[in-house]
Amino acid sequence: MLRLEKRPQPSTFWTYAAPLVAVVVTILLGMALFASLGKDPVGAIRAIFYEPLFGEFSFYYRPEVIKKAAPLILIATGLAFGFRAGVWNIGAEGQYIMGAICGAGVALAFYPSESRWLVFPLAIIAGTIGGAVWGLIPALLKVKFKTNEILVSLMLVYVAQVLITAFSSGLMRNPDGHGFPGSRNLSQYPAAANSELFAGTGIHWGVIAALIAVAVAYVILTRHQFGFDVRLAGQSPKAASFSGVNPNKLVILSLLLSGGLAGLAGVFEVTGPAGQILGSFPKFYGFTAIIVAYLGRLHPVGILMAGALMALTYIGGEVAQDRQQLPAAAIMVFQGMLLFSILGVDVLTNYRLRFGKNEVR
Amino acid sequence: MDINPILLLAAVMVASTPVLLAAIGELVVERSGVLNLGVEGMMITGAVFGYIIGHGSGSAIGGFAAAALAGACLSLIFGFLTQFLLTNQTATGLGLTLFGLGLSSLVGQGATATYPVTVPRLPIPLLSDIPSLGPILFNHDAVVYLSILLIVLVWFIMFRTRAGLILRATGENHDAAHALGYPVRLVRMLAIFFGGGCAGLAGAYISLVRVPQWTDGITAGAGWIALAIVVFASWKPFRLLIGAYLFGGVTVLQLNLQADGTLALLDIAIGLLAVAAAVVWLTRSITKKAAAPMDNLLSVIILVLSVVYGLLRLAGMQTIPIEYLSMLPYLATIAVLVGLRASNAPASLGKTFHAST
Repeated sequence: MLRLEKRPQPSTFWTYAAPLVAVVVTILLGMALFASLGKDPVGAIRAIFYEPLFGEFSFYYRPEVIKKAAPLILIATGLAFGFRAGVWNIGAEGQYIMGAICGAGVALAFYPSESRWLVFPLAIIAGTIGGAVWGLIPALLKVKFKTNEILVSLMLVYVAQVLITAFSSGLMRNPDGHGFPGSRNLSQYPAAANSELFAGTGIHWGVIAALIAVAVAYVILTRHQFGFDVRLAGQSPKAASFSGVNPNKLVILSLLLSGGLAGLAGVFEVTGPAGQILGSFPKFYGFTAIIVAYLGRLHPVGILMAGALMALTYIGGEVAQDRQQLPAAAIMVFQGMLLFSILGVDVLTNYRLRFGKNEVR
Repeated sequence: MDINPILLLAAVMVASTPVLLAAIGELVVERSGVLNLGVEGMMITGAVFGYIIGHGSGSAIGGFAAAALAGACLSLIFGFLTQFLLTNQTATGLGLTLFGLGLSSLVGQGATATYPVTVPRLPIPLLSDIPSLGPILFNHDAVVYLSILLIVLVWFIMFRTRAGLILRATGENHDAAHALGYPVRLVRMLAIFFGGGCAGLAGAYISLVRVPQWTDGITAGAGWIALAIVVFASWKPFRLLIGAYLFGGVTVLQLNLQADGTLALLDIAIGLLAVAAAVVWLTRSITKKAAAPMDNLLSVIILVLSVVYGLLRLAGMQTIPIEYLSMLPYLATIAVLVGLRASNAPASLGKTFHAST
């Protein structure tokens, strides 16, 4: 009989090995999935993980991977703080949308002003505040009325989706757009465009922001009192309250932080790759970022790598779609399996596998 | 315009049924001490399998059975991960939702309705002839009756049988239940399986009866609202009915408003809601001596909002942009969560059980 024995301390080896094992397990499961869909499993995996980086058209795909990774890393870095402290912000998607709406709203308000140094920074600030405020709602309700932040933040995702659809055909519709839904294209509005900083690399301001966020988060988490409180509250809420950590403050700060970063990701997306406010704007980044946060073991540096990997599956999924007619939804299933594997393999970090008979307890 | 209140109330029953079904399943799961946030994922998987099998075979019963099975099978992934690999329940449940959304859209590609499926109405003899009450309550399809029957059944098993006592013991204190020799993991796996089946049924009701068609993301957060209703009901079966019908009412109201465009219906609804809120506040302040605004927050919110709405109407507001009305069910859910601070959660809810600890 197989049984689990709790380790006195989490295994250092498995802390690093578990994500790798999870990726391998997911690739095997994914190959089974693709085979069951009647596609060549090896070819599909190759298309997902190899082609975008080293294939024939990698000069086109590599920048796309970087563009996709930036919002995922930004959002996941914020979420990791909350998840560590046991604050479950599931509504990052909504905060991301609100960031896009607020950022685009400010940029559109200044149209056709040409002062780059006014419009773009203001849009970024507005988007960050928009996301942070959207995240503050569940935080305040939790602190004041003990409502469940999971449910409230999730309900607010649906509200944000209604808002962006309504705005794209109403308040923010392009007056020169012949009545079609969708705002002005911000990526073609020089004062607010989040264009590539070095042509052809895919590096835009969002990528810079993501790198800064990772660095700052790393310092906060390992060298700052707030990071210590977060880790303490997650590992032992009782010990945290004895040492004077205010749980309410922690809830508010972690939701503000994750909301603000999600909003930031929204601004960079709406002024850059997406370009406009449109009903089809949401790209599921807010939910995928949850997988990224876990895959990176809730650690900023890990999240950086996990975000790149997850972006790779997105772009690789598109490649596989072109080459092998692999359905787009198959990639979503693949990502879901990745999350399951990460969580499942993690058992090895905290428990030992023991063979032999169960003893009677 | 022409509002038929009888048809409207009958529509509320139909609109509430999926949420009710999913919620009763989740209630059993949570009472066993497990928090499964994957309801939305299991529901939408049930919806797509119910649609495909139902329309593929032309049999509604086949569709519902397949949906229940699909939901239950999906829940086993969650059960295996949380109970045997001891993963975090919140994260795993979320993963189940993401996985279910992807799976349903993968399976549902190009799903076509080969055979038409109709779920016949089964008017209950005699009772359905009662004027006005009959058509509202007793002239529905079998699944609506089943959902109410399930509530009674769950209540009976949970509070009147030994099996229910064991289930609740597992949820309140899994270590004590384990020490008494009850198979904690087995109980929880069974509960999770039942919850998955219910969520699957709920999904199929959406794709076969309520909408009835298949599109990606068809459940539109109904699974999350079911989770909220379980909290609202403070984990008591019969209170689920109030929560689900309240939600169904808001949904039907919102749909009718979008179709109609005048605000007459909203006027009536908000008026009734304001009166109800005032009455609740008054009775509470008399019977429980809880008159302070903070103790009656839901009533206060409703009253303030109705006053604002009334002033806007008096100021000459004729319409509200209908697309914003789709927010109503979600906002109502938040309002309900805020107003009713239920605290009756099973003590072991969401905690990982391992026999050695």
